[in-house]
Amino acid sequence: MTFFHRHRWLTPYVLLAPGLAFLFLFFVVPLYYLSYTSLQEGTVQIGYTFTWAWENYSTAIRQYDKQFIRSLQYAGIATLLALLISYPLTYWIAFRGGRWKSLLLLFIIAPFFVTYLIRTLAWQNILSDDGFVVNVLQFLGLVSDDGRVLATSTAVIAGITYNFLPFMALPLYVSLEQIDESLIEAAKDLYASSTKAFLRVTLPLSMPGVIAGTLLTFIPAAGDFINAELLGTPRQYMIGNVIQSKFLVLTDYGQAAALSVILMAVILVLIVVYTRLVGTERLAG
Amino acid sequence: MTHPFMDPITRRQLLRRAAAGGVTLSLPGLLAACGGDGGIEGQQPETGATGATTVEQVLADEITVSNWPFYIDQNDEASTFPTLEQFTEATGVKVNYLEDINSNEEFFGEIQAPLGRGQSIDRDIIVPTAWLCARLLRLGYLQKLDKSAIPNIDNLEDALRSPDWDPNREYGLPWQTYITGIGYDPKKVGGEITSVEQLLDPALKGKVTMLDSVEDTVGLFLLDMGVDPTDPDPTAFDEVIAKLQKAVDDGQIRQFTGNDYTGLLAGGDAWASIAWSGDVVILQADNPNLEFAIPDAGGMTSVDTMVIPTGGDVYTASTFMNFFYDPEIAAQVAAYVNYITPVKGTKEAITEIDPALAENPLIFPTPEALENLYEYSPEAIEDTEVQEKWQAVIGA
Repeated sequence: MTFFHRHRWLTPYVLLAPGLAFLFLFFVVPLYYLSYTSLQEGTVQIGYTFTWAWENYSTAIRQYDKQFIRSLQYAGIATLLALLISYPLTYWIAFRGGRWKSLLLLFIIAPFFVTYLIRTLAWQNILSDDGFVVNVLQFLGLVSDDGRVLATSTAVIAGITYNFLPFMALPLYVSLEQIDESLIEAAKDLYASSTKAFLRVTLPLSMPGVIAGTLLTFIPAAGDFINAELLGTPRQYMIGNVIQSKFLVLTDYGQAAALSVILMAVILVLIVVYTRLVGTERLAG
Repeated sequence: MTHPFMDPITRRQLLRRAAAGGVTLSLPGLLAACGGDGGIEGQQPETGATGATTVEQVLADEITVSNWPFYIDQNDEASTFPTLEQFTEATGVKVNYLEDINSNEEFFGEIQAPLGRGQSIDRDIIVPTAWLCARLLRLGYLQKLDKSAIPNIDNLEDALRSPDWDPNREYGLPWQTYITGIGYDPKKVGGEITSVEQLLDPALKGKVTMLDSVEDTVGLFLLDMGVDPTDPDPTAFDEVIAKLQKAVDDGQIRQFTGNDYTGLLAGGDAWASIAWSGDVVILQADNPNLEFAIPDAGGMTSVDTMVIPTGGDVYTASTFMNFFYDPEIAAQVAAYVNYITPVKGTKEAITEIDPALAENPLIFPTPEALENLYEYSPEAIEDTEVQEKWQAVIGA
């Protein structure tokens, strides 16, 4: 008789232990530290002290409400765009990709082999005011002659969409790929039109992918600052830019931490509402 | 008004240590061969008043230097740095040269955490602007130079010998003195630029970049209003802030940048930028139309200074500084970077490279030109309220 046979009740805890330890070390501890920092005040010169400085929160909300709202808007639009682009794309790969499936998927992930920063900097060149893309858009009348793409909200949202697209595409692909095609055939045998079969069978079955994809895209996108910094102007700056500069430039750690905590809280609330609306049980497929 | 060039010259008695220096220059190859792994500990010799070479003066195998982009000579393909190669040839010390300072504030943010814990930042030399050097010294993040390894310190220009933050030059030596003015493309702008006010012309909407450093950008606008930036008046400062905030809201200003404005200016996305003198000359290789102008009302200036952060190898770093205080070497750097050199004798040395360079007003400004350059008050840069107002404008 082994130890675990005698103490069966222990087994789940032992199995959970590595995960719990991981969560504790890399989630609970940093979160505690972040919250602790968010209630500190001081400067590099005089040092930082814990003073229950709640004003870090009130000033953060008062001064940076614009950037908060902008972050959620940009991230929301980018998530929606990524979904609209990814769904047909992955649908086609999953159902029509045949033996090219793996290769096509690789193409989606390929940009990830280049660092985030370089990819975004490349867009700075591609969208440059005198560049080919802008010239063509001007020729087509989509951009006014003295207009530009770079350093506008359009460029920032496009950059976010581009950079986070694989986070949307991969979970979508997985859930679409798993759909048993005979279910769709059965729907058609029962006289469902292609549209109806899609709406009643494919779409509901792919919802776990949609939910996972939107969450995986929206959450990092809301905290992003690279796209706004490289493709935007101060008028496009998101909350990530503020946090970055508070942490690294102004070394105002208290405010920076407070802003981070608020961002987490806002995202958490949005996710709870979202999953309530669409139903988390669908995540389980 | 005071600025670095016009300071009353207080000639310091600098100890001549030619003998020690001679040893330094002739032995390094040998020393490097037995220099071990170039570790950090145990290689910071206490230099006595006599400056005698101590046993600990051993060169490391490699030195890591953090500097600004476009701040050292490069070969035509921009793939190697000739003077750094010469340094390696002369001393056997390899140079790991990083162009990773984009703005003083950003750089401080990056190095503050480890230095604050007393840890090394894996750099032997960094080259921040004078006001940041002063802050680093105040926070105890810097090590003293080993002057016994820097006999060439005698070549330091008199006007730069005694800055307020380091009156005896114990902690830092100037790398270059820069001028902040306006870089622009006259063809796109449609004429000459002589004042920063022109950057707010609606014809340039969205084609203007400004520096994210308060001393450079606000300094130029204060000068334009006739206000002395060496002791900025708070009301005038607020006026400039309001003016710039409006320009941001109107979409007039495309971006506030660090040294990375260079890409936008060379590529044509920016038509006019608040810029540093030498950068614009180097960018002319990409865009020959570009010009650099010091506004009629005056330009800003300060001294980017080589300092040794905690953990840096003092002796090797000092040897490196000594090498760049040789006028022949300084001339090669100046000929490429086009900034004001702090090394005496460079003018003579540069004539051999190209006599025209000796007349270049960006490297050797006339006394009248120098009188029209101002250094922003370091106390004002360090003022929390000033920084908060400024950061609010530049988008954070």
